[in-house]
Amino acid sequence: MGRLSVSLCGIELDNPVIPASGTFGYGHEFAELYDINCLGSLSFKGTTLHERLGNPLPRIAETSAGMLNAVGLQNPGVDRVICEELPKLAACFRKPVIANVSGFSVEEYAEVCRRLDAQPQVGWLEVNVSCPNVHGGGMSFGTEPKAAAEVTRAVKAVTTKPVILKLSPNVTDIVAIARACEDAGADALSLINTLMGMRIDLKMRRPILANTTGGLSGPAVFPVALRMVWQVSQAVSIPVIGLGGIQNAEDVIEMLLAGAAAVQVGAANLVNPYACRDIVDALPGVMDRLHIHNLRDIIGGSHG
Amino acid sequence: MKQGFFTILENTPLTEKVSRLRLGGDVSAVERPGQFADLRLEGCFLRRPFSVCDQDEESFTVLYERVGRGTELLAALPVGQSLDVLTGLGNGFDPVRGGERPLLIGGGTGLSPLYGLAKTLLRRGAQPTALLGFNTANEVFYAEEFAALGVETLVCTADGSRGVPGFVTAAMDRDHTGFYACGPEAMLRAVCETSDRPGQLSFDRRMGCGFGACMGCTVLTVSGPRRICRDGPVLDREDVLWAD
Repeated sequence: MGRLSVSLCGIELDNPVIPASGTFGYGHEFAELYDINCLGSLSFKGTTLHERLGNPLPRIAETSAGMLNAVGLQNPGVDRVICEELPKLAACFRKPVIANVSGFSVEEYAEVCRRLDAQPQVGWLEVNVSCPNVHGGGMSFGTEPKAAAEVTRAVKAVTTKPVILKLSPNVTDIVAIARACEDAGADALSLINTLMGMRIDLKMRRPILANTTGGLSGPAVFPVALRMVWQVSQAVSIPVIGLGGIQNAEDVIEMLLAGAAAVQVGAANLVNPYACRDIVDALPGVMDRLHIHNLRDIIGGSHG
Repeated sequence: MKQGFFTILENTPLTEKVSRLRLGGDVSAVERPGQFADLRLEGCFLRRPFSVCDQDEESFTVLYERVGRGTELLAALPVGQSLDVLTGLGNGFDPVRGGERPLLIGGGTGLSPLYGLAKTLLRRGAQPTALLGFNTANEVFYAEEFAALGVETLVCTADGSRGVPGFVTAAMDRDHTGFYACGPEAMLRAVCETSDRPGQLSFDRRMGCGFGACMGCTVLTVSGPRRICRDGPVLDREDVLWAD
């Protein structure tokens, strides 16, 4: 075990840095830029049962220290992901990947998970019950403990692989949702997905995003994510993956101290395509400076 | 695609709204006219994409209109300033597609990538004609630069204050083998309705990343979903599905 290595549901990661779903495609696009085997794992683009074009444009808006997106789960559908995207990913990434799954019904979540469960390169299933940009699905399953538990149970029934529930920050009590997922059998949690927000075009006097609202990500949300990871990791006994606005190695360490067992990096990839590699490269030096010998020793290190 | 640091060699206004920026650095990834560069600006979270207008062995040029916070910040940057730039983004124009006598149809700053394309076409022995559209005479820029290449250049102004009165379509009734167009979407559509020749159009969309990762700029085309940043910004006219 290296000093950067961490464990996630019994699978060892060389380091805790994982590109977040929706910011890294299916990996191979970034493999043209650098050897992505330096990453701990990667969470690929959210996948649904059928192809989705996503929302009308514009679906990106800039904010102070961040961005809004309302992409709306554009993806080619699970069967084409398996036939076309995963072989390309396998050719450039030899570690287990996180399969990110979305749905519009409990049955859809389960069916997509069942099909991805059969893929040997999939190490974990990450169930997105927190997309704020689709109607009739996504976040509606992640804002109510009973619905989140129902999705968790349905997915657990069709896979033997570890199941990660990706949670929304757009709730009054994220701890209640987290506990409901844990009680229903979730093996891990990832948080946070984006915060719902909007911008208005001053000249047009209309929302910038065609979807009106979108999900806020980037460094603006980091303190919110950190606080929620800190709360949830103390309330559950399953590992928590921390994400939301992580930009550098210092942010990774802060998130681990808050209680995260691993981290995901999202919006930073869209500004600097080398962001994840740069963070991995910077970690040892920052650890030396902070007298951290092994990353796994500091997980939850800020808890009283 | 390549990430690198570039030095501002020139950043000068051409008109009240449009400026020319020349960036010096490693231009090895800038391969074809119609590609774009994505500039990181202090004070903006997302990069800003700009079509490459022209390039030589150690620099490239973009023409930009000052329309918002990002371009106003850019306009204030001094010569000598270093910028983090992604180069070689997007597919670029196919110089064969427009045939021997193509029209280069640019609306406002949309003329920018057509300048580099004109140079490429001339080197290949084609005889392009430039139709450059503006609202009014004092907004005209780069007509002399196109003409200096040896390209027949017609300026059109919507208010008739210079050149051909009206939109660029008013000057399209001339023999041509194809066209390349970049400008406002209404102009691109009108150009396609005016000519039945092969053509390529360069599109502009609000982007997140500029290199195909975020899916922020996807449009539906005849051949399926296409990311304007990576599968475009240039689309064949036959591939475009116009909104109703």
